[in-house]
Amino acid sequence: MIELIEVRKAFNQGKHNEFWALDGINLNIEAHRVTALCGPSGSGKTTLLTLIGCLARPTSGRARFKGEDISGLPERFLTQLRRRSFGFVFQQFNLIRGLSAEENVMLPAAPSGLPQREVRAKAAMLLDRLRLAHRRTARVEWLSGGEQQRVAIARALINDPEVLIADEPTANLDTTLAREFLAILESFASEGRTVILSSHDPLVIQSAAVHRVINMRDGRIVDNQ
Amino acid sequence: MNHRPARLVLPLLAVALAGFALSFVDAALLREHHAVRIDTSHALAKRLGLTDIALFTEARYTRHPSQADLHAPFQDHPLALEHFPTGSLIAPPRHEYLDRTTARAD
Amino acid sequence: MNIWIEQQRALIDFTLASLARRKARNLGLLAVYALLVFVLASVALFSHALRHEATRILADAPELILQRMVAGRHDLIPPGYLEKIGRIRGVQKMEGRLWGYYYDPVIKANYTFMVPTAGGVERGTIVIGTALERVRGLALETGISFRAYSGKLYSFVVADILPRDSELVSADLVLMHEDDFRAFFEFPAGHYTDIALSVANPQEVRNIAAKLAAALPDSRPILREEMLRTYASIFAWREGIILAILSGALLAFAILAWDKAAGLSAEEKREIGILKAIGWETGDVIRMKIWEGVLISLSAFLIGYVAAYLHVFRAGGVLFEPVLKGWAVLYPRFQLTPEIDGLAVATLFFFTVVPYTAAVLVPIWRAATTDPDAVMRS
Ligand SMILES: Nc1ncnc2c1ncn2[C@@H]1O[C@H](COP(=O)(O)OP(=O)(O)OP(=O)(O)O)[C@@H](O)[C@H]1O
Ligand SMILES: [Mg+2]
Repeated sequence: MIELIEVRKAFNQGKHNEFWALDGINLNIEAHRVTALCGPSGSGKTTLLTLIGCLARPTSGRARFKGEDISGLPERFLTQLRRRSFGFVFQQFNLIRGLSAEENVMLPAAPSGLPQREVRAKAAMLLDRLRLAHRRTARVEWLSGGEQQRVAIARALINDPEVLIADEPTANLDTTLAREFLAILESFASEGRTVILSSHDPLVIQSAAVHRVINMRDGRIVDNQ
Repeated sequence: MNHRPARLVLPLLAVALAGFALSFVDAALLREHHAVRIDTSHALAKRLGLTDIALFTEARYTRHPSQADLHAPFQDHPLALEHFPTGSLIAPPRHEYLDRTTARAD
Repeated sequence: MNIWIEQQRALIDFTLASLARRKARNLGLLAVYALLVFVLASVALFSHALRHEATRILADAPELILQRMVAGRHDLIPPGYLEKIGRIRGVQKMEGRLWGYYYDPVIKANYTFMVPTAGGVERGTIVIGTALERVRGLALETGISFRAYSGKLYSFVVADILPRDSELVSADLVLMHEDDFRAFFEFPAGHYTDIALSVANPQEVRNIAAKLAAALPDSRPILREEMLRTYASIFAWREGIILAILSGALLAFAILAWDKAAGLSAEEKREIGILKAIGWETGDVIRMKIWEGVLISLSAFLIGYVAAYLHVFRAGGVLFEPVLKGWAVLYPRFQLTPEIDGLAVATLFFFTVVPYTAAVLVPIWRAATTDPDAVMRS
């Protein structure tokens, strides 16, 4: 589904502090499965996720999404692709403070031009599924960490993405919540979505919910199970 | 806030817009209504040969600004300060013929 | 089309929801903004309508008024002037006018005493303006005494009251018989306050004024055109000063608005990053911000303008009364005819909505063009 060929990513290219965060990545991520990126801090997991999720373009190499080359697409198309096909759960959740859970969940659908009523119904359905229906109108900063994460997941799913990208999703969760989260991920995969996440949490990597683990170090893939 | 704020604000904005539009309708109606009053004033002004409106009655150069001198506010003393509040609202009249008849002293 | 509408509705929803987070602050901003529009619109509406009203009412003022100047003040017209003027060709009609001011120590007000050239007021009676009727508590057939400057007391009976509708021109008028006027002011016989002229050919009025000034060098002709011009420029004169006073407020507001709109906080920057990461285009972010600017400034404009309209044309411009009244005791009660200067309204609209919206947008350009991947590392 997602194919990376000889992908490299440099930060501050051409300056004295030039840094190659990714250095020759070859990777093929299959659809409908849960894939985990794993590796020490600074190994390039987040950077790789930004490339996969069309948040950034590789400095060199090709990236293909469903066979289509996306490394050369202009910003506008990347944004559209990102909105239609990818859902993101960020490490810090990145919810918008002051808005209610429901409003946060509905946000990615705003530019789509779908009727508000439909979007609202869907948001309610997702929150209900994540057992957050009772907190629908609460401001997100009043929610607990686990609740905030579930809001973030609901937000990632509002546009019905094929791919869900989660960066260190369990970093702020205790064991119980992390297990619960993995169960949710598994249900997505069984629904036919593709899940890609990064983690250095053994609980995640050893979990049965994760189908494939990719180990990274210094911007390279070290071993690929 | 938990329900669509646009539901509340957009109608309010529509009301304000309607108010704006209505103000022009109201103005048109009032103009018609005021026509009689203007005609009455106009007729009186014509009959009496009035030259000014009686809006500022506090000083003679503000009561009849069109008949006053350019220097009326200062005529009591060259250094007299303009001291009537409304004097600051109306410009001194510009009489062309006063300028014309004042020959330059050389 | 439907998609576009739904999109805008969603963007407006988000804008309003984020504005609602700082409800007090944003409502305060709206209130100050609307107040500013209210003051500016009130001044513009009032002065335009008054100018219009004055020039319409005075449209048939005497074509030419001739004053006599002595030592830089205007003085009485002595006998003989009317004859001299009569010899100038083109003068169709001339009338010596009698009018003057009387200070009434009882209510500390100035009246304008006047003899109607057409007559019509009996001896011993007066016809008064409505402001006088009100302030002095007079009524038809009641008597009133004025102490003349000579010290003698004169009594008059109020024979008539000028139409209430004409108060804007007649508030302080006291019309009386010529004999009474001359006796009261000890006005020498054959003298007049000034002379009103009409000319046969209106095109010739300037030439005739020039001839008059040449024939009577101590006189000053005032054309109707000049009288009307005085009113056409009323307020325009020191609208500049009003603006200067207001500019303090304007500046303070500009700083406030700039701070609010242009000072993009770290929080807002973060939010824009999030929006971009979850699939908003730069254009969506900008559209959302345009809505914010338009909603605030348009509301302020509409609220301020409608309030100003009601104030000036429905409430008689009550807030201006203290300014226009000054130290005067007599103040006409009048309703202005709502003549609205469309260009002024459009200008006001433009200067309320555009700069604010622009101020909202400027910083967004910068923030919205940052890379969306920055969100992953906050
Ligand atoms: N914008 C940037 N400018 C310069 N260097 C960067 C930038 N972003 C990331 N890097 C560097 O790239 C390397 C890889 O970063 P990345 O965030 O992908 O690591 P990571 O594997 O996600 O680490 P962690 O587990 O701590 O989240 C790091 O050494 C980081 O310092
Ligand atoms: Mg990371």
